[in-house]
Amino acid sequence: MKPAAFAYARARSVEHAISLLGEHQGDARLLAGGQSLIATLNMRLSSPSLLVDINRLPDLGAISVTAGIVEFGALVRHVQAEQSETVARYAPLIARAMPHIAHPAIRNRGTIGGSIAFADPAAELPACIVALGGELEIAGPHGRRSVSAEAFFKGMFETELGPHDLLTAIRVPAADAKTRAGFAELARRHGDYALTGLAACARATAGGLSDVHLAYFGVGTMPVRARNAEAALDAGDIENAVRAIATDLDPAGDLHASAELKSHLAGVLLRRVFRQLSEQPT
Amino acid sequence: MSIESCPIVLTVNGETVIENVEPRTTLVDFLRDSLGLTGTRTGCEHGVCGTCTVRVDGTIVRGCLMLAVQCDGARVETIEGVSDTGEIADLQENFRLRNALQCGFCTPGILLTAQELLSRGGMPDREAIRLHLSGNYCRCTGYQAIIDAVETTARQRTGTNS
Ligand SMILES: Cc1cc2nc3c(=O)[nH]c(=O)nc-3n(C[C@H](O)[C@H](O)[C@H](O)COP(=O)(O)OP(=O)(O)OC[C@H]3O[C@@H](n4cnc5c(N)ncnc54)[C@H](O)[C@@H]3O)c2cc1C
Ligand code: FES
Ligand code: FES
Repeated sequence: MKPAAFAYARARSVEHAISLLGEHQGDARLLAGGQSLIATLNMRLSSPSLLVDINRLPDLGAISVTAGIVEFGALVRHVQAEQSETVARYAPLIARAMPHIAHPAIRNRGTIGGSIAFADPAAELPACIVALGGELEIAGPHGRRSVSAEAFFKGMFETELGPHDLLTAIRVPAADAKTRAGFAELARRHGDYALTGLAACARATAGGLSDVHLAYFGVGTMPVRARNAEAALDAGDIENAVRAIATDLDPAGDLHASAELKSHLAGVLLRRVFRQLSEQPT
Repeated sequence: MSIESCPIVLTVNGETVIENVEPRTTLVDFLRDSLGLTGTRTGCEHGVCGTCTVRVDGTIVRGCLMLAVQCDGARVETIEGVSDTGEIADLQENFRLRNALQCGFCTPGILLTAQELLSRGGMPDREAIRLHLSGNYCRCTGYQAIIDAVETTARQRTGTNS
């Protein structure tokens, strides 16, 4: 199908984008990579009156590391993160997740900020950011603010972003020698949204792991922390952790997989991810 | 800021194009309907099938998920241009030899996607080829012949023996 008519404006600055959104009273949308937005326009699931193209905004396209924090500008393209040595070294969880996000042509355009702002419940990056305890920087009509990942995601496709807000940066703690990352998902076709997936990180200790964070995706309306399973893995007990999944998660079945299948897969993924967390990174 | 047509200037297959486009016109519709470049196809129109694949500023994109108005100032290349320059003549010949196409609907998108992988150099294994082509549907061939043709081309380009 073809999209309904809309107007198009190219934002010159973050402030300009925010004021354009304000003028249209919630009926305008930001256009980043367009890899989710244009698909929904083509299907006429949405018909905004204005698209505010932020692709040519300067300064939102860099990946940097300072003082133990990795920062992604919102317009960093998936491909850029996938190929970045900085990401491989300092944000290994994100590096592991990238190849699972859609397909090469889509990764060439799609942005990190767009994925997080869109907040698809089956998307990889929101879960990674939650597992890592990341922080999101938002610019709005009243200035800038930062929110934690857990406060940012509010429900299905719902976030802390208001209609006149722009996500500007994503920050996660930089990995060091003791950081461990694990990532696994199951999808019908490589690159499609996951039926169920798991993003995890931990600290290696002399005897095992501590500070295990497990964030599942595709099992709820937003990323879900599996806290009982985390505690079991902190204690080094994978069997208990797999059992704990039943209390941690309450997936609803959807078009692609039943609730039973998702619950089963969650256990399978936990074993795979535990193996990754337990290995020395190469 | 207008739903009226916007002027754009871009190059398509090396030629400068000056046109007016409605903001809602996707790149693939612009190429097909305004420029008559029908080698690029539309299938699903929501990013899933890959048959609309073209190159913008040297990298492959979904032509159905980019607006023509966003291509102001860009360098766009389609299967017509990439065929004419001979850039993928060897890949096309290997598709022919291996019967890696039947109806041909998916072929332009697959050729451009494969060329992106091949142009990185090195010898990709079959798994890497599969992963790179994961976003391109082919309803006819069953994929094996496509992977074979890409693999053969990689081998020839890198001088690797089978
Ligand atoms: C076939 C297909 C398969 C895919 N598979 C996956 C997958 O497996 N996993 C996955 O995670 N994604 C997948 N995607 C989606 C892809 O990753 C998108 O790139 C991503 O979800 C959105 O990023 P974008 O930059 O394209 O955003 P856009 O499509 O431009 O925008 C999406 C939404 O976010 C808003 N937005 C964008 N940027 C900002 C910002 N900086 N501040 C505030 N709001 C903003 C927009 O207004 C819009 O509402 C797939 C897409 C396709 C077409
Ligand atoms: S028509 Fe663009 S991906 Fe199917
Ligand atoms: S050759 Fe017919 S779809 Fe691929």
